[in-house]
Amino acid sequence: MNASVPGTMPPASITFERVTVRYPGSPKNAVEEVSLGIAGGELVVLLGPSGCGKSTLLRTVNRLVALSGGRVLVGGNDVAETDPVELRRGIGYVIQAIGLFTNMNVGQNVAVVPSLLGWNASEIDARVDELLRLIGLDPAAYRQRRPRELSGGEAQRIGVARAIAARPRALLMDEPFGAVDVVVRTALQRELVRIVAELRTTTLFVTHDVEEAFRLADRIVVMRDGRIEQIAEPIELFEHPQTPYVRELVHAGDEVYRRYFMRGRELLRAK
Amino acid sequence: MSYLVEHPMRVGLLAAGHLELVGLALVVALALALPIGLFAARRPRLAPWLLGTLGAIYTIPSLALLAVLVQLFGLGFAPIFVALVVYAQFMLARNVVAGITGVERAQVDAAFGSGMSAGQVLWRVELPQAMPVLIGGVRIAAIAMIAIATLGGYVGGVGLGVLIFNGLTLHQPQMIVAGSLAVSALAILVDLLLRLAERYARA
Repeated sequence: MNASVPGTMPPASITFERVTVRYPGSPKNAVEEVSLGIAGGELVVLLGPSGCGKSTLLRTVNRLVALSGGRVLVGGNDVAETDPVELRRGIGYVIQAIGLFTNMNVGQNVAVVPSLLGWNASEIDARVDELLRLIGLDPAAYRQRRPRELSGGEAQRIGVARAIAARPRALLMDEPFGAVDVVVRTALQRELVRIVAELRTTTLFVTHDVEEAFRLADRIVVMRDGRIEQIAEPIELFEHPQTPYVRELVHAGDEVYRRYFMRGRELLRAK
Repeated sequence: MSYLVEHPMRVGLLAAGHLELVGLALVVALALALPIGLFAARRPRLAPWLLGTLGAIYTIPSLALLAVLVQLFGLGFAPIFVALVVYAQFMLARNVVAGITGVERAQVDAAFGSGMSAGQVLWRVELPQAMPVLIGGVRIAAIAMIAIATLGGYVGGVGLGVLIFNGLTLHQPQMIVAGSLAVSALAILVDLLLRLAERYARA
């Protein structure tokens, strides 16, 4: 463990304290009284069906969604008291639709946050090359490409590179691999596990895919109807589900599923 | 045609005046249409009403509008200039709205999520992507304005319309033809240039 790589901020803890979100005009809360603590460097997966509030909860961390009640702390600081623009520049953000800027090339996309932060040109160039190599793409071949010339898997790799370019304290990922095919998804998951282990960035990862959650997570947070059903390590979730919903979701007690999930997890971390 | 050949200086000067009128009106019209369009683009429920109002103004016959404007400003440059600015609003604002709302939602989300301020999202992501549609609006507006500006010859003694209206008064068909040809040539030329700009912005 080397936490003292030059220019690397220590990974931030993320704390939710009785977080409630109600969208304007909605009759019920999207997120209701959620409390959750995430340690620095941890990879936590928010797992649940669509509409359960997991994306909403994720987006409270970088203030893309406003709270109706409670507090969110990043690195011990209340996000409500942090300038949103400054806050977001320190937190990586990856979404399913990727959203690469089509008026920029790949290099410019990856360089977005460093240039917003005012890094000088040579630092940015070096960082872009370093990141493209980190995600397994040849810098010389990819820097100048336009987003439209990329495959789905390549585009999402660039999306991840853009998010981690300025060495963020935390990384938010909203169903990032939901739109790519299974083989590419596995490759991306493997890379993510490697990158997160290398950078030790606190990562909050949203998915509705149980298998993906079991593969990636240090801890899984199961959500339903805006509330947390259970917080547990993957194996714990399987062996001691605390609600009927969780039991059904993870196929608790089914030995085939247990071996399947655990094997997927091992394979992803195999050298 | 003979008039064009015999009086190239006079036609050239009037064409320059025509372009000056349209150019100035276009700049002022854009300065108004950009904020109006941006305002409408951010308010999807209000946008149809705003654009509908501008569209309704656009359907007022130009002679009728000019009659009112002459009452307000007197004869000269002002009434035709104001008329052009007013007419251009619909075409320009509509394309500002189309260009901005046409930007992929995910890119705007990613831009804010990356820590861009609202101004940076506009200048670095939204406007560059809206540019081809914006230039398309400018092109359509410019052509329409070149045509309408012909009435400047009637109410202000400005532009190539002078040839047409003088030709009508003096029963000189060759002046009318010369004026009409020059207006058409101007419109075709401006259309061509802005098409090139549009293609360049798309690349």
